[in-house]
Amino acid sequence: MAAHESEFDIARSPRIPKLIEDLYKNMPEIESDRAVLVTESYKETEGMPVITRRAKALSHILRHIPITIRDQELIVGSATKAPRGCQTFPEYSYSWLEDEFDTVATRAADPFYISEDTKKQLREVYPYWKGKTNCELASAYMDDQAKKMIDHNVFTPGNYFYNGVGHICVHYDQVLAVGYEGILREVKEELAGCSVADGNYQTKGHFLEAVIESLEAVIAYAKRYAKLAQDMAAKESDPIRKQELQLIAQNCERVPAKGATSFYEACQSFWFVQYLLQTEGSGHSISPGRFDQYMYPYYQKDIKAGKITQEFAQELMDCIWVKLNDLNKVRDAASAEGFSGYGLFQNLIAGGQNEEGIDVTNELSYMCIEASMHVMLPQPSLSVRVWNKSPHKFLIKAAKLTRTGLGVPAYYNDEVIIPSLLNRGLTLAEARNYCIIGCVEPQIMGKTDGWHDAAFFNMCRPLELVFESGMDQGELLGLPTQDITTMKTFEEFYDAYKKQMIYCIEMLVNADNAIDQAHMERCPLPFLSSMVEDCVKRGKSVQEGGAVYNFTGPQGFGIANMADSLYAVKQLVFEEKKLTLAQYREALRDNYGRGLSQSQAEQVTKSVVNALLKEGKQITEKEVSEIAEMITNHTVSPEKKKFYDELLALIGQIPKFGNDDAVVDEFARDVAYTYTRPLEHYRNPRGGQFQAGLYPVSANVPLGAQTGATPDGRLAGEPIADGVSPMAGRDTHGPTAAVNSVAKLDHGIASNGTLLNQKFHPSALSGREGLEKFVAFIQGYFDQKGSHIQFNVVDRDTLLDAQAHPENYKTLVVRVAGYSALFTGLSRSLQDDIINRTEQKGF
Amino acid sequence: MNNDYLQQKGRIFDIQKYSIHDGPGIRTIVFLKGCLFRCRWCCNPESQESEIQQVMIDGVPKTYGRDVTVSEVLDEIEKDRAFYRRSSGGITLSGGECMCQPDFTEALLHGCHEHGLTTAIETTAAVTYDIVERVVAETDYVLMDIKHMNPAKHKEFIGKDNARVLENAMKIARSGANLTIRVPVIPTFNDTPAEIGAIAEFAKELPGVTRMHLLPYHRLGTDKYNRLSRDYLLKEIVPPGEEQMTRLLEEVTKRGLTGQIGG
Repeated sequence: MAAHESEFDIARSPRIPKLIEDLYKNMPEIESDRAVLVTESYKETEGMPVITRRAKALSHILRHIPITIRDQELIVGSATKAPRGCQTFPEYSYSWLEDEFDTVATRAADPFYISEDTKKQLREVYPYWKGKTNCELASAYMDDQAKKMIDHNVFTPGNYFYNGVGHICVHYDQVLAVGYEGILREVKEELAGCSVADGNYQTKGHFLEAVIESLEAVIAYAKRYAKLAQDMAAKESDPIRKQELQLIAQNCERVPAKGATSFYEACQSFWFVQYLLQTEGSGHSISPGRFDQYMYPYYQKDIKAGKITQEFAQELMDCIWVKLNDLNKVRDAASAEGFSGYGLFQNLIAGGQNEEGIDVTNELSYMCIEASMHVMLPQPSLSVRVWNKSPHKFLIKAAKLTRTGLGVPAYYNDEVIIPSLLNRGLTLAEARNYCIIGCVEPQIMGKTDGWHDAAFFNMCRPLELVFESGMDQGELLGLPTQDITTMKTFEEFYDAYKKQMIYCIEMLVNADNAIDQAHMERCPLPFLSSMVEDCVKRGKSVQEGGAVYNFTGPQGFGIANMADSLYAVKQLVFEEKKLTLAQYREALRDNYGRGLSQSQAEQVTKSVVNALLKEGKQITEKEVSEIAEMITNHTVSPEKKKFYDELLALIGQIPKFGNDDAVVDEFARDVAYTYTRPLEHYRNPRGGQFQAGLYPVSANVPLGAQTGATPDGRLAGEPIADGVSPMAGRDTHGPTAAVNSVAKLDHGIASNGTLLNQKFHPSALSGREGLEKFVAFIQGYFDQKGSHIQFNVVDRDTLLDAQAHPENYKTLVVRVAGYSALFTGLSRSLQDDIINRTEQKGF
Repeated sequence: MNNDYLQQKGRIFDIQKYSIHDGPGIRTIVFLKGCLFRCRWCCNPESQESEIQQVMIDGVPKTYGRDVTVSEVLDEIEKDRAFYRRSSGGITLSGGECMCQPDFTEALLHGCHEHGLTTAIETTAAVTYDIVERVVAETDYVLMDIKHMNPAKHKEFIGKDNARVLENAMKIARSGANLTIRVPVIPTFNDTPAEIGAIAEFAKELPGVTRMHLLPYHRLGTDKYNRLSRDYLLKEIVPPGEEQMTRLLEEVTKRGLTGQIGG
């Protein structure tokens, strides 16, 4: 049956709810096996080239880590004994986890259980790693000023500082086609073609040998599963399960060593690739990409031959969807806030065009959507590609999934993303074949090391530096730009902002490149590199610049706040002359007379104390606490309070980004350029270019908590606008006006991705007509060159009830940023942020 | 018409984007000020008077009503063209009663047609037929309210009897316009099967009419009465439940009309 004749409403196998129930029985657990094994291996390989050590460590892990087949599984392979458990990666960093041993199970965002025994084992291996970790080297490479900016929360590159990079879509297609034995043949051929006298033989030869060792270990690992399945089958009394286990044994015997000969084998082979990448390194956003494309030949062949039913194919895909939720990752408490929701960001995309510009939406594209409906879990981060030739029924099917409230799929616009990738040097054929990594980052499978998600950059902080002439908490942080009291025109003010931006961006680049260099030297990944062009030919790992395309993509956020802020300053100070810049600064320092939270008061105290120390004054502890008390209890005079109230009212009346107002929207476009344009001039150590993203994951909440009041009337500590979305609650003219505003930004230059969240009430999607209008809404946005959009479809009352009674909403999934997460697993403040996002009803 | 119609002035009190329940596709609704009726349940009481009104909301002054030209409204409508194009949407005039400002209404609808947009009106058509004719000539979808078949009850709850409404409904239908009958379902007024059935019986006889929508009463407008210092007379009633609406819908469908609950 052709795809367009059916919407693939396929019944869910009873196996699936059982697998899900087992998966979510317990709190996720931290396990120590990988950490112990990697340490054992490293102790044995001192003095060897790092790439060799990496391969030997992977091999040691894969030969000894406990393996398990869970009840009722058809697709097997687990990184941990406990469902949804996680391994740890001390070679990247460890001290944060040691510090958080006793709080990690009780923290608000993404708690993990850790047994006393695990703690003990980890404590035993940690001393070995002192001075040897990735993050320590990164820190050593990093400029002091860049570190200071991180301390002051201008940006946070913490993700790659503490963890692997991940963020890649490898050549799954190759593994499915020829197996690792096929890839091994190529690698051995390449090695055979090298001469020991080649100038790069030292590195290339060791690299290729490391790849060989890694792939052989992976093959051997799969055979351990074959044996386990065989043993379990022998003991199994249920004849059906026995047969299933025997089939599993056959599959693991064959793949991923050899090419897949059936859809089932292809599914099993895919899964080994997917989770072993996440055992080799700790990077997240290992993204399956165009699953519906590279899996299709196997599906088609089996269906044609009558070897498989569509129902069984769907069941296998559902099993993979469940397994994608079996993987997990513990992050430090601060990062957990930023990536709240146990997110692994395994982005899988369906639909779209092929290299020749022909739409290749197929049965599997529909079945991917069906699978998400069947499992209703956060992973995978399902995306769909939309363009003028997308089958209408496919978009309606996607809208149906949106209507469930799961928060997926995210919709991507081929018409914007393809040209934006061409602009970064990809060929037309490659650009047409893009997939999405992690949250919203476009890349081409098997050829790119995108280093997406390279840092969160808070665009509000440089504006604070303008007001304070570069000072922050009593020390010089930014550039000592012109004193605001001497500024005569808005242009001078805006110019100072641009200068602070460029300075902060330079520090960001330094921080990212320092970390990049550390990954290159300490954590190259031979297994991953075996599936990325042109690593084998170049004889270099991905981390050393082996990929065809190399980028670094740090993401800025807060455009809406900066557009609204700069516009407010322009109108109120320079056009209407309602107040001076100095008065504005005082209002910001006083948080518009609304009082300061504990942590904000602490920051102000620090500023005051530092300023006094600088003047050479001696301050006792008692005096510090007196100052702190004074600041905490600081209240403004009634006159000032009145002035601030009037100021907030004035700010409230100024047009805001998100309402399709031509003037303020133009402003937003220009503000976004203050980030996106300078960034593309910088290069990374892998020989690639920086490219901007405009999305916050969920960092707009924790980083907002560390940002003072802004001229747009946002109070200190409140969340910053997420992605390119308007500030929550300020888009008051309905969803079309909101997306019209957002579409006026230049999405093409932000080739690391942009992110627009919209929250819809279920009533807006009700009935066939509701779905049609919803699809038309997305297309209307994309016609105007928006790049990405995603939706939370859930009513406010439901979310409030879930906050009050989390026990009733264990599997309620909401869209956070570029991913969906379990609502009850989010921190309270992020929950509030989602509840407060403007809800678009349709009138 | 030459381009003078673009400068025609009218009085509106709101423009609402992304309307998905008032006519085909994604629409922009322009709410005109001034109405002939005084329906007790009216959810837009600020629409009734023709004059511009000032009220206070939480100590902040708010103005209901502003004067605009057709050209200005067209500029605002134009902003959502991408969505009309994708959804076969357009604009809908509501109110108030758009036929109370016939020159503006006709000019605005004409302007939309000149710009290739489809037009719809929500009306009671309780004006002289020459006006109805002018407006309907520029309208692609007429959504017409018939609230009750009993003239006395109509007058009691609405302020005027239904004679002209029924007469014009027939004339509009005969003119070949694309006509949908809509009924706000108001407890204590018209929420019995007999009352809805009577309207359906009438609608069925209108030539070419095949659709009748039942719009359940809601209370979203009650706050506005306080602001306008007016008493809300229907404090005691509650919105009809789903079961009741389904029962009423049967009265529509059993007479061969395509019925739906909501716009």
